[in-house]
Amino acid sequence: MTTIAIPPGMPQYDDVPRYDVAAVRADFPILDREINGHPLVYLDSANTSHKPRQVLDVLREHYERHNANVSRSVHTLGTEATEAYEGARGKIAAFVNAPSVDEVVFTKNSTEAINLVAYAFSNASLRPDADERFRLGPGDEIVISEMEHHSNIVPWQLLAERTGATLRWFPVTDSGRLDESGLTDLVNERTKIVSLVHMSNILGTVNATERITARVREVGALLLLDCSQSVPHMPIDVVDLDADFIVFTGHKMCGPTGIGVLWGRAELLATMPPVLGGGSMIETVTMGGSTFAAPPARFEAGTPPIAEAVALGAAVDYLSGLGMRAVQWHEKELTAYALDALATVPGLRIFGPDVPVGRGGTISFALGDVHPHDVGQVLDSLGVQVRVGHHCARPVCTRFGVPATTRASFYLYTTMEEIDALVAGLEQVRKVFR
Amino acid sequence: MQLESLYQEIILDHYKHPHGRGLRDAADPADQVGEAHHVNPTCGDEVTIRVATDGDTLHDVSYDGMGCSISQASASVLHELLTGRAASEAFEVHAAFVALMSGRGQVTPDEDVLGDGVAFEGVARYPARVKCALLPWMAFKDAAARAGVGVSPTEVKA
Repeated sequence: MTTIAIPPGMPQYDDVPRYDVAAVRADFPILDREINGHPLVYLDSANTSHKPRQVLDVLREHYERHNANVSRSVHTLGTEATEAYEGARGKIAAFVNAPSVDEVVFTKNSTEAINLVAYAFSNASLRPDADERFRLGPGDEIVISEMEHHSNIVPWQLLAERTGATLRWFPVTDSGRLDESGLTDLVNERTKIVSLVHMSNILGTVNATERITARVREVGALLLLDCSQSVPHMPIDVVDLDADFIVFTGHKMCGPTGIGVLWGRAELLATMPPVLGGGSMIETVTMGGSTFAAPPARFEAGTPPIAEAVALGAAVDYLSGLGMRAVQWHEKELTAYALDALATVPGLRIFGPDVPVGRGGTISFALGDVHPHDVGQVLDSLGVQVRVGHHCARPVCTRFGVPATTRASFYLYTTMEEIDALVAGLEQVRKVFR
Repeated sequence: MQLESLYQEIILDHYKHPHGRGLRDAADPADQVGEAHHVNPTCGDEVTIRVATDGDTLHDVSYDGMGCSISQASASVLHELLTGRAASEAFEVHAAFVALMSGRGQVTPDEDVLGDGVAFEGVARYPARVKCALLPWMAFKDAAARAGVGVSPTEVKA
């Protein structure tokens, strides 16, 4: 056998960080399940990921050993719960390289995090003394893109309606990339905020944000990145990204549902008006009015999802243990393999980049004219779980002229064999609908 | 295999060779015409149903749409079952189909009433697909009401 040596000085094969996928799979109890008499092939992690035992154990242990409310108790359990909750905040801050732990605001999910920022704009727009950067009115512009999830569309449509501001959109190219050709016109002196998806949940595209960030800085606007699909799958460094806000959600990154994160630059959070009012977010309350706590508490009214936050901290520990660089490489290999394998299926059309560059392991496709619901149903009968529909990104479907797509999405526990099962399943679909 | 109870030959046949597809103008200009467009927001299936009637008989139930095999086959079956029927009979068929789809597989369909609609018995066992099968039938109900015939015609507002 001949081997080709990679020249010295170039990245060597062994430089790529790796982990043992079989060992990882053993951490996820649900992966042992059978579906309709077949081994579970879970290709819907972009929808929600599975949870390793390490996270489930922490969730259970919190309720069994440390349950109490946070930030208001002097007793031991209250102190333990508060330490665990704030400890999780610290882990998450470190995970995205936030300069300060106080820049991490816990929310219910990404949707709530985006709405929090949108409503802060809304509230600031009603107060003449608010920070000018958050004040919106007729003539001001909000910029999003055609490839957004509905959670990064609807809050801005509603904000535009409330304030009279104009909503503008980056288009998407035929190959599923963000069309930046109109950047200087689209992001201009009237722009107050640009809110973009970092990795598309339907096309899989990972957007290069550098040029946009530079333009946003040039015009003095703010930049929010929806990192719901990127934080779980690749190393994310908020300093490197140079965004003003990022949002992500726990349940897509091995954590529980009900917990999400808004990261914002400290200086911006400090000037943002509160959104939800209630306990824990105040400094002092009188019958004449209230003053508010510093961030992040200002944005966390009421009893927060404590156990969920603590478990998200455990999820971050789990991911860090594997190494996000290794997770990214694992998925890159899967994506390259899947793109090649899917190209062999007759009549299959991929929506989004068809090369494993500038994209993640989320692949949407059409199989001839078979409706995605029917594709998903036949695959389910073989144990293969994919998502079908518009993926909460209808403008993308409209852009590509289809009512819906079938989507396979991978994660750190996905194997090449599972991609083979998908391809074999698609053959079965073709037989049923021939 | 389970899948075959869902995708019965009859359903696939209606899907591949739909009966009476396409929206048509009323043959009799005196007819009342009502139309309804329904969408399934979770999957983007769409169907438009048009009913032409003299108030007693459904002279035509025409349709157009796009979507999965279940929703489109269901529209084809609906057309076949209801076109030319007395309005009162049509609503009996409608009620029987809705009851079948709501039955979680526990309702035995009457072929004399439902014709090819009996093939949807298996669909009732897939909660995620019941909405697909019902989409044309719900649109029909609205379209009929707009044409002046309804389950309780006296309650229908113009």
